[in-house]
Amino acid sequence: MSPKTLYDKIWDAHVVHEDTDGTCLLYIDRHLVHEVTSPQAFEGLRMAGRKVRAPEKTIAVPDHNVPTTLGRENPDQMPEDSRIQVAALDQNAKDFGIHYYPVNDVRQGIVHIVGPEQGWTLPGMTVVCGDSHTATHGAFGALAHGIGTSEVEHVLATQTLIQKKSKNMKVEITGKLRPGVTAKDITLSVIGATGTAGGTGYVIEYCGEAIRDLSMEGRMTVCNMAIEGGARAGLIAPDEKTFEYVQGRPHAPKGAQWEAALAWWKTLYSDDDAHWDKVVTIKGEDIAPVVTWGTSPEDVLPITATVPTPEDFKGGKVDAARRSIEYMGLTPGQKLSDIEIDTVFIGSCTNGRIEDLRAAAEILKGKKIKVKRAMVVPGSGLVRAQAEEEGLADIFKEAGFEWRMAGCSMCLAMNPDQLSEGERCASTSNRNFEGRQGYKGRTHLVSPAMAAAAAVTGKLTDVREMI
Amino acid sequence: MEKFEKLTGIAAPLPLVNIDTDMIIPKQFLKTIKRSGLGVNLFDEMRYDRQGNEIPDFVLNKPQYREAEILVAGDNFGCGSSREHAPWALKDFGIKCVISTSFADIFYNNCFKNGILPIVLPQEAVDALMKDAEKGSNARMIVDLEAQTVTSSDGDVFTFEVDSFKKHCLLNGLDDIGLTMEKAGAIDTFESQASQARPWV
Ligand code: SF4
Repeated sequence: MSPKTLYDKIWDAHVVHEDTDGTCLLYIDRHLVHEVTSPQAFEGLRMAGRKVRAPEKTIAVPDHNVPTTLGRENPDQMPEDSRIQVAALDQNAKDFGIHYYPVNDVRQGIVHIVGPEQGWTLPGMTVVCGDSHTATHGAFGALAHGIGTSEVEHVLATQTLIQKKSKNMKVEITGKLRPGVTAKDITLSVIGATGTAGGTGYVIEYCGEAIRDLSMEGRMTVCNMAIEGGARAGLIAPDEKTFEYVQGRPHAPKGAQWEAALAWWKTLYSDDDAHWDKVVTIKGEDIAPVVTWGTSPEDVLPITATVPTPEDFKGGKVDAARRSIEYMGLTPGQKLSDIEIDTVFIGSCTNGRIEDLRAAAEILKGKKIKVKRAMVVPGSGLVRAQAEEEGLADIFKEAGFEWRMAGCSMCLAMNPDQLSEGERCASTSNRNFEGRQGYKGRTHLVSPAMAAAAAVTGKLTDVREMI
Repeated sequence: MEKFEKLTGIAAPLPLVNIDTDMIIPKQFLKTIKRSGLGVNLFDEMRYDRQGNEIPDFVLNKPQYREAEILVAGDNFGCGSSREHAPWALKDFGIKCVISTSFADIFYNNCFKNGILPIVLPQEAVDALMKDAEKGSNARMIVDLEAQTVTSSDGDVFTFEVDSFKKHCLLNGLDDIGLTMEKAGAIDTFESQASQARPWV
């Protein structure tokens, strides 16, 4: 047998049909659904008189528009259009008989946090969702990627997706990370090195000692942003940590099935002599805590650097950098650590898990915020409950943070949690696009520890000075 | 789905790199439960000021580009979210073809599901077509999917690559779901084999 990558192995196990030109019909093991990208798909099914082919493999949860304030299950708390969209998901879940976590269920949260938490996401699976950050689930060695609404409808109707295989890219992070450097710094640094189109046409497998050393939460953070590097998906080979995380979750296999699953999962790794179409290697020791200065996730620099000069770039990026710097209200040559912050947002499917809240609380313990407002939005109701149990919620509240209910919140600001014009935010989310967190809002992407550090000092700060 | 065969139309130049889906259609317009009506909000934050007045400098607000059916754009067009609202908004405005040096993966796929042809060409070709587009409404380009060519208003011909299956579907306006449904037998077989091999799924 010829050597295979992890991606090759998962792909091969899911091909239903292959055409002569290489177009494949790929079987989908898990389909996650949220309220924003699904109404038109369900409507399409209704109009064509179609059913959901595998409702038992389809899981829905509202997350993008839901308010994160207490008492939010009261429909009056939602603007009319959000309420209609959430109500449409309630109805569609019921009509089509799919698993559903409504707003008032403690298990509700961001779809990419709920899937792994409930044991829906397992190694070796194909997982899709009408959301680009589906790449998150790759942390389990599952082939997971975002799809558009037409494809959501296609998966609902057929449990398959029409796909052509991507190329294989290996991103190796060697050695150990230095203190204060986290999974978020790894993933941002990779995008900084390869660019937002560097992964286009590829599925990335992250490997190397620094990746192996990460917790499952950290691995999810790394894979989550594979899409920001342009890749179709990000993958990490499953290992003992993965199995330990999965075991005992509500929808994970049990008993003899667990043993059978485990036996297969242990074969899920890239063979030594597998072929890679592209390889990127970064030394773990070389990664610093980073921040973004511009309006593309590739605009990444170590916190010790200065705002770049547009002329330092080439081609179309010169204009793009000029536009970014103006939008962000910065001056070339200005020290990143001098940038004053108005708002801090901790949350999102990138950094809304328990480990992220622990990392931020560690910095905040016994301190007060110097920013105008700071908000923690746990990734799920269960993360929120656990953080309360561990006393993290009290640390946040005493520091001056708002302690919110679970949802996407200010990651994309579809609910009332938004930046105002010119407001500058240190955010643990994944996109710093123009207007992403609110009209003319300014976003600097950082790790949870760096976000906490910024909250305490009122400016972008090197967290290494605080540990 | 509407067929795409041959298009002769006005091309609007948008020489920015990394135009993301948040720029194409900001999130406040994702709350719709329909596919239609998004064209007025295409490029909303670049096209209108806070009061909702048009920003005259923005290309699609210029009289000569209001009827544009083709966009010529910078590298990595459509990066960011998976929202199909982006191609829906383009389509609703009247854009049927986007030309760039590269596209983000999900956006690229979403275009084909909506009768929009995304064309990838090398930098020099995109540069030449960008110049052509800057000439305004008299410069009509011809996009021929069957022949896989773009012809500039000066008659320069550029050949592009496109996946044969995607081309077939677009030329004939075929609906993917219907096509896949014809393979239901193969899906049944796969499911029964997979439930033996991986019963925990
Ligand atoms: S948290 Fe942000 S990136 Fe993640 S699913 Fe929600 S909106 Fe998308």
